[in-house]
Amino acid sequence: MTESETPLKTTPLDGLHRALGARMVPFAGYAMPVQYKDGILAEHLHTRAACGLFDVSHMGRIELFGEERARALETLVPGDILSLALGRQRYTQFTAESGGIRDDLMVANLGDRLSLVVNAGCKDEDLAHLRAGLPKSVRIEPLFERALLALQGPKAAAVMARFAPAAGGLPFMGAAEMTVLDAPAVVSRSGYTGEDGFEISLPAAIAADFAQRLLREPEVKPIGLGARDSLRLEAGLCLYGHDIDLTTTPIEAGLAWSIAKRRREAGGFPGDAVVRRQLAEGASRRLVGIKPDGRAPAREGTEIRAPGGAVLGRVTSGGFGPTVNGPIAMGYVAAASAKPGTALELMVRGKALPAAVVALPFVPKRYAA
Amino acid sequence: MSLRFTKDHEWIKREGNLATIGISEHAQGQLGDVVFVELPEVGRVLKQGEAAAVVESVKAASDVYAPVSGKVVEVNPAVVADPALVNRAAQGDGWFFRLELSQPAELDGLMDAGAYAAFAKGE
Repeated sequence: MTESETPLKTTPLDGLHRALGARMVPFAGYAMPVQYKDGILAEHLHTRAACGLFDVSHMGRIELFGEERARALETLVPGDILSLALGRQRYTQFTAESGGIRDDLMVANLGDRLSLVVNAGCKDEDLAHLRAGLPKSVRIEPLFERALLALQGPKAAAVMARFAPAAGGLPFMGAAEMTVLDAPAVVSRSGYTGEDGFEISLPAAIAADFAQRLLREPEVKPIGLGARDSLRLEAGLCLYGHDIDLTTTPIEAGLAWSIAKRRREAGGFPGDAVVRRQLAEGASRRLVGIKPDGRAPAREGTEIRAPGGAVLGRVTSGGFGPTVNGPIAMGYVAAASAKPGTALELMVRGKALPAAVVALPFVPKRYAA
Repeated sequence: MSLRFTKDHEWIKREGNLATIGISEHAQGQLGDVVFVELPEVGRVLKQGEAAAVVESVKAASDVYAPVSGKVVEVNPAVVADPALVNRAAQGDGWFFRLELSQPAELDGLMDAGAYAAFAKGE
């Protein structure tokens, strides 16, 4: 279906984005701000220097209730959900029988329920997958109408403390319910930038008011999807549909850290045989960081070759890193070429540009303790 | 002669048998922060409409086409060293390359500033 046939959905902040002079683009069926007046470069650098506010209401939050919720969710994800402590959040993936990734998600234990945050482009399929895969005893509640804001950057904690003092007590990957503007919110200390920060789920009716209050704080500027992408790429974080998808496994994507020992040994998730075999024998290809030698960015789809020779794979995310102040990329290469320091060639506009495998992230992460 | 414009958002300014080429103010605004520019080699012979240069913003890469036919006689190293110059002065110091015209009549088919402004607005 084309865009003209399906009107774009809007988030609760749509009017605010337009009032702020955002350039709106279609993304995952939503009209979303790709940038505001300052532009991607300034927005990116402001987030790393101070604090940026992102509207990520297009993403989907889903809550799971019922005594068997953790055990049941483990049948769909390789993450350790049973040991997830109250008030903690964990990153995992919905895997397929092939070992591929249906979506990646965050799971938080809020005491009486699990709270999932999934990708915008996958949320309807994820909901159907949960309904098909979880027993009747687990109640599944989609909260797709709620707003989700991300406040990211070294000043995020100081700003957030002015509105929700309890947020400052959250450790990295902590999550809790708390009151924001007299409304019930779920706040986690997490994000997609490599910086300290928070993700705040709150009722749509108060979202624009809260966003405007945050934007009145001197440290805070609105940040669009363009800078969100360059920030996450510098942080070496995977983007679903690009760096990971149904054709890539968590092991190939370098996400083995998200699969605890108990789950590796016992399996019990879709694709467990493939994942366990790759853990034991090594995957034939790996997602790596790539630093082009020159100034030319290598975009998604760029062919990666061994110097003067064989095709090793393709770039899955690539562009310009404003903090790195140069081109950066991620892509899959044959396992033998995945070691940092390995020389590569990137085929950009018919020319072989020298590059090298580098350790991720490109910019050191600066999360809270 | 005043500036002429193409539907691909290049501008061209003729001075005798030479012409200077860059991207329009409108185009730089649409692209956003320019972070990389690749220019043609001096001496290269270009046909009208041929991809001649590349301009990349944080988000995307775009081709810059030759508005008319000719031979590249000079390129602007300043936009390679400082790509943001394209944002600051797209229709001035942020020029891309100069051509020695081989088909000057091709210029007659390009838009003047008024026609281009209307075209860009309607896009």
